[in-house]
Amino acid sequence: MFKTLKTRIHQGYQAIPDIRKATVKEPFRGLPVINKENCTSCGKCASVCPTNAINPDISIDLGKCIFCGDCERVCENNVIKFTNSHKIATPSTVSEQIKKVFGKSLKLRQVSAGGCNGCEMELNACSNVNFDMGRFGVEVVASPRHADGLLITGPITKNMAFALEDAYLSTPDPKIVILAGACAISGGVFQDSTAIDREFLEKHKVDLVIPGCPVHPLTVINGILDLIT
Amino acid sequence: MNWIKTQNNTVININEIPTLHIDVLRHEIMNEYRHNKRAIGFFGVKNRLFTVLADDFNSQILVSSAKFFEIKSYSSLTPDIPAFSMFEREFFEEFNIEPAGHPWLKPVRKIENYNFLKSDDEEVHEVAVGPIHAGIIEPGHFRFLCRGEFVENLEIQLGYQHRNIESLFLQRNKPLIHLAESVAGDTVIGHATAYCNALEALTNTNIPEKSQIIRAIALEMERIAVHIGDLGAVSNDIAYLMGTSVFGATRTLVINTLLEICGSRFARGLIRPGGVAFDIDQNLSDKIYSMLDSILTTVEIIIDSMFSSSSVLSRLDKTGIVSKETAHEIGLVGMAARASGVPLDIRADHPWGSYKTLNFEKIVMKSGDVYARTYIRYIEIKQSAQIIRDLLAKLPENADLLTQISKPLSPNSMVISLTEGWRGEIVHTVLTDEQGNISRYKIKDPSFNNWNGLALAVKGNGISDFPLCNKSFNLSYCGNDL
Repeated sequence: MFKTLKTRIHQGYQAIPDIRKATVKEPFRGLPVINKENCTSCGKCASVCPTNAINPDISIDLGKCIFCGDCERVCENNVIKFTNSHKIATPSTVSEQIKKVFGKSLKLRQVSAGGCNGCEMELNACSNVNFDMGRFGVEVVASPRHADGLLITGPITKNMAFALEDAYLSTPDPKIVILAGACAISGGVFQDSTAIDREFLEKHKVDLVIPGCPVHPLTVINGILDLIT
Repeated sequence: MNWIKTQNNTVININEIPTLHIDVLRHEIMNEYRHNKRAIGFFGVKNRLFTVLADDFNSQILVSSAKFFEIKSYSSLTPDIPAFSMFEREFFEEFNIEPAGHPWLKPVRKIENYNFLKSDDEEVHEVAVGPIHAGIIEPGHFRFLCRGEFVENLEIQLGYQHRNIESLFLQRNKPLIHLAESVAGDTVIGHATAYCNALEALTNTNIPEKSQIIRAIALEMERIAVHIGDLGAVSNDIAYLMGTSVFGATRTLVINTLLEICGSRFARGLIRPGGVAFDIDQNLSDKIYSMLDSILTTVEIIIDSMFSSSSVLSRLDKTGIVSKETAHEIGLVGMAARASGVPLDIRADHPWGSYKTLNFEKIVMKSGDVYARTYIRYIEIKQSAQIIRDLLAKLPENADLLTQISKPLSPNSMVISLTEGWRGEIVHTVLTDEQGNISRYKIKDPSFNNWNGLALAVKGNGISDFPLCNKSFNLSYCGNDL
């Protein structure tokens, strides 16, 4: 009993007070900014990119980018600079009715469809005492039957395609679909694999994409809040 | 000579590897097993079967091979050496050469209409779990046969995570380090180190001493972070929520320090072929020292509280036992093996990089239960912290971090790269063709050996203890499925 109290007192209060204003320390690689004025079109950045995320016009596809920073390092003219801005999730527009229903309570079923466990660990971290996603009414639940939507990680392997579709069909309408991480959004480093099957994404509408490799908990929570509030 | 001897990260010429008749190779393997060798590789390339054995007492690796052209089957090794079961199942799945007499030749990564073991006993019922699980974890299927609430048998069928990652390593003119970082996302540094060590050996590149030290510091920080996270996960599964909260918050401190070093909480982007991409300067070094002081203080307080609670001990003690004999027989590796009294640790047995200069003592426990697999993590956290302190003291200032790899890969070569990740031994075996292109990239994650250990640990326990047993191993699905 006293040991428990001692532990509790030693811990103090560790939750991030304001998730919406929280920042991630340098040198975290978040939103890249591009200064095209200095670009000599040498092509070095695209040649080192493992996921073909850099377009010919030197714009970066955040859904493909794994934020490795190799392009920034190889560029001699400082054209690409990754900032520590973590707010990179892109929500679609959902109706006011959905916001009213899901805004204060959103239950999600997580499906790992080939994820390397990086994004999964960060999604678990969203519910720890630091990030405490539950305070916004956002929780991951055990069954798709209890869920308002799916939170998908991984490039969607052929072996998981059926189970993912099944989970989607088992989730009651109306439901939302969230893709977390470069693998889920674009296939990431596995985009050329012969063992993935991304047909699910051709069939179903996606409501929120959360870039990252893996996704940062602050990106996830702020992205979800942007979608439903 | 029926074997060629090599060492960790030492290149050998493929043409110098003996090619035996498959029956002779089988006989040779049996013979070497009697002399305390153990398999770390058993895989096919075109029409040749390669076998890699580790000699842990002499820091050596033995390699041999057999042609399997026009052969449909061979006499299985598994009845004599159960540790070969997974290797033979994998080889059969990839090459359709049957190990005749294998007791249970079921799929490794293929998801098909597999008939699970059934029981005719009316008192026995089946419980099917997965592939999608209740928490945020990777997919896999577990099929229990239960008598009342006690587990009579557990079959673990994986393969849902199969991304064909080994074949992606054969892509030309593409950076591959990012793939290595994604073999298992909880062992980024372990697998990235194994890949880089192999590549540097094949290109005969010496990397700066400072980068070796930084790689080792990162590997030990990864071990500390995952071990603390696992102590939290074990706490969660026995409803010791104080532990869940405290360990969860403590892990954050470790991975946020990794972020301050290299911009990623899992150290993605840190390790690059030729060295490391980020420095640890005096400022960061001080931060790591103070982080270690802080987390060790917290860990001591919460461990004292946790392990003096009878309700915690009642759940951990004698739950999910894997005996030393069983662990040895089925070829358990890494932390799980050490918790059962099998002293395997690549850092001591086949040291690489900075580990060659460390006085490293293996941590071994005896009981092989969930208690041992939990408590050993606490001891390893303290050991890793001491290793990091020792390495930080050796860190030179303003030294080079990265050597450009300019040479092509050595042709017709083979290298075996061993690393001790937090879970256990990681083996990357790389073969090159006549042009110096990678012709085979074989990965063995420790999970490949240890899933069988979990299946055996659960037998005879209550099914409600399954999540606890599972967490005590914390195995990788994608590391197994590749």
